[in-house]
Amino acid sequence: MSESNIIISLDHVSKWFGEKRVLDDVSLNIKKGEFVTILGPSGCGKTTTLRIIAGFETPDEGNIFIGGELMNKVQPHKRPVNTVFQRYALFPHLNVFDNIAFGLKLNGVPKDEIEKRVLRVLKMVGMTDYEWRNVDSLSGGQQQRVAIARAIVNRPAVLLLDEPLSALDHKMRKDMQIELKQMHKKLGITFVYVTHDQEEALTLSDTVVVMNEGVVQQIGTPTDIYNEPVNCFVADFIGESNIFNGTMIADRLVSFMGHEFECVDEGFGENVPVDVVVRPEDIYIMPRTDKGQFDGTVSSCIFKGVHYEMIVNTPDGHELMIQDYNAFEVGMEVSMIIKPNDIQVMKKERVCNTLEGEMIDSTHVEILDTSFECLPQEGLNSGDKVLVEVDFDKIDLTDDKRDGACEGDITFILYKADHYHLTVRTESGENVYVDTQDVWEDRDIVGVNIRPEDMRIRLAEAKA
Amino acid sequence: MKKLFARIYLGLILLLLYAPLIFIAVSSFTESKVLGNWTGFSTKLYSNLFSGTMQGAAGSLMNAVYNTLFIALIAALAATLLGTLAAIGIFYSHGRSKNVTMFLNNIPMVNPDVITGVSLFLLFVFLGISQGYVSVILAHITFCTPYVVLNVLPKLHQMSSNTYEAALDLGATPGQALWKVMIPQLLPGMITGFILSFTMSLDDFAVTFFTRGTVGLETLSTYIYTDARKGGLTPELRPLMTIIFIVVFALLVFINIRQERAAKKKALSK
Repeated sequence: MSESNIIISLDHVSKWFGEKRVLDDVSLNIKKGEFVTILGPSGCGKTTTLRIIAGFETPDEGNIFIGGELMNKVQPHKRPVNTVFQRYALFPHLNVFDNIAFGLKLNGVPKDEIEKRVLRVLKMVGMTDYEWRNVDSLSGGQQQRVAIARAIVNRPAVLLLDEPLSALDHKMRKDMQIELKQMHKKLGITFVYVTHDQEEALTLSDTVVVMNEGVVQQIGTPTDIYNEPVNCFVADFIGESNIFNGTMIADRLVSFMGHEFECVDEGFGENVPVDVVVRPEDIYIMPRTDKGQFDGTVSSCIFKGVHYEMIVNTPDGHELMIQDYNAFEVGMEVSMIIKPNDIQVMKKERVCNTLEGEMIDSTHVEILDTSFECLPQEGLNSGDKVLVEVDFDKIDLTDDKRDGACEGDITFILYKADHYHLTVRTESGENVYVDTQDVWEDRDIVGVNIRPEDMRIRLAEAKA
Repeated sequence: MKKLFARIYLGLILLLLYAPLIFIAVSSFTESKVLGNWTGFSTKLYSNLFSGTMQGAAGSLMNAVYNTLFIALIAALAATLLGTLAAIGIFYSHGRSKNVTMFLNNIPMVNPDVITGVSLFLLFVFLGISQGYVSVILAHITFCTPYVVLNVLPKLHQMSSNTYEAALDLGATPGQALWKVMIPQLLPGMITGFILSFTMSLDDFAVTFFTRGTVGLETLSTYIYTDARKGGLTPELRPLMTIIFIVVFALLVFINIRQERAAKKKALSK
């Protein structure tokens, strides 16, 4: 923490709500004057992170520093931050002026200065002449402006914004985004902004922090996050993407969809399985020619205003999303080219499921808090701690949860051009990852089955 | 025709309900010792009442009135304070403990007064609490508090969930946040709770009777009871009851108008 331009620092912060770990070892440094957005789907821990900075929650593990000082036990009213809440949280018994003056009055600011400062922020948020209005009589957008004014009038070192625009309609949201950006420039203070809207995050921020399931996935500039996602979650969550299973054949050469492509990535090793991301606008599409790298047939074409969005099927069963200014008719034979620069190669987080378990007897193993039948295991005794490996495509999901050995719900679906990659959270709280051709819905409750012959069981190394 | 019948029916029911009160009010303006005899219009009973010299079988009538008002005021104030804090506590607790507390809060309201009175009497004897003002006031606080809780809780539900946190965020200590932000928004519920408590304490008989002890503490209800047992009601009770009825009626009208205004205001802001 010796760098003096860092204003907020989360150091290995974890937080539990009951049994559920909502933040898992989150570390984050925010620089003075930065516009940082914490982005993720609902329940990813982004709001909890913000509440830990504001002081409404305390970390169970790890430390939070603001301005270099340890803040774990410092009460919210003593922190140099102010918050703009999602539902505004204005005080209905006070008028606009008194709402904004609330913090200044508590801090004993002289009366004439309070008046000056309140009128100045009202002008800044475009609400001049509203000071004597009842807050209940204001529209949603106006209430949000008052909420912002109420926070910035205190001149906090950091302004925290918890999905401040989510209750506004689309057009209003766009306008407010521009205003917030200008306000940030003018005030020069640090903004920490929480949203689930990826477009908003890319538009507003200097730095984007992508979170999922309580874990920071990637921290970077909007262009970094968009062009060089570090994993499938980030690639899928930010913008549209085509994601493939691929193999890194050698440096600068990757194979996917049964073709070899030149790329710019190095250092993965040879013949290593990887994930490959190509953005839909980065695939060049043309009428069938022998100059293309691969061929396909257009199966749908939708006009999106600026561009056309097309779905193209390849002969080997892959499905690609392609955006282009030109329309290609449905049924048309086309050829495609992907340039080396536009191929983003990512290390695979895992190549199969690895589950911790325990032998019950020679033909049964307990994994996912459930007893599974397995092939007779020689050299393993009951009670032995084991690791069980199962390939993604060897896990069966059943519609009726009672047909499964154990139960789980689908928490994340990733389309990988010719199959779906599902994340299924089982009752034991562990995730299993499943490759399937079947179409499932997010949040579906499913049964999970594993055949005995598909398990590879080995003794777990004793923990140190 | 059907409408006319409905109106007559309603009128009859209202007449039946209000006839005793009207009867008392009319007979408070005559001097006759016997209830029901009309011996000409007079306000003598009113002047007797306010001269303070009234002595009935149970001592001074005005003394009983003062006791009643004093007990009702203290009990309603204490119940409002306790009930508001309890409501905030219940609102911010979770799961099982919240449901259990709400259940326990509702029981005293359906419990028969006699049972409440007797059990409180036994408790006070057990704890060695002096029988008199202290025990009666404590007993009244006990049965008034749940009503305050029930009137304050809806106001908490109406409050934006981040209100308290917003106050802390702007630099208020927890105490300041309670006083400057929470209480002003809960005030309408607290006032309704206070008025309800006040009127319930005012007309309580059973609980007071069992908890007042033997030191001769009389409230209006126990006074009337004693007076009636010792040979007929003192005529001055007639004007007193009339006045009490008018006061309580006015309070109820006040509560209703306030609620209607609040509802209108809410409808307008939407």
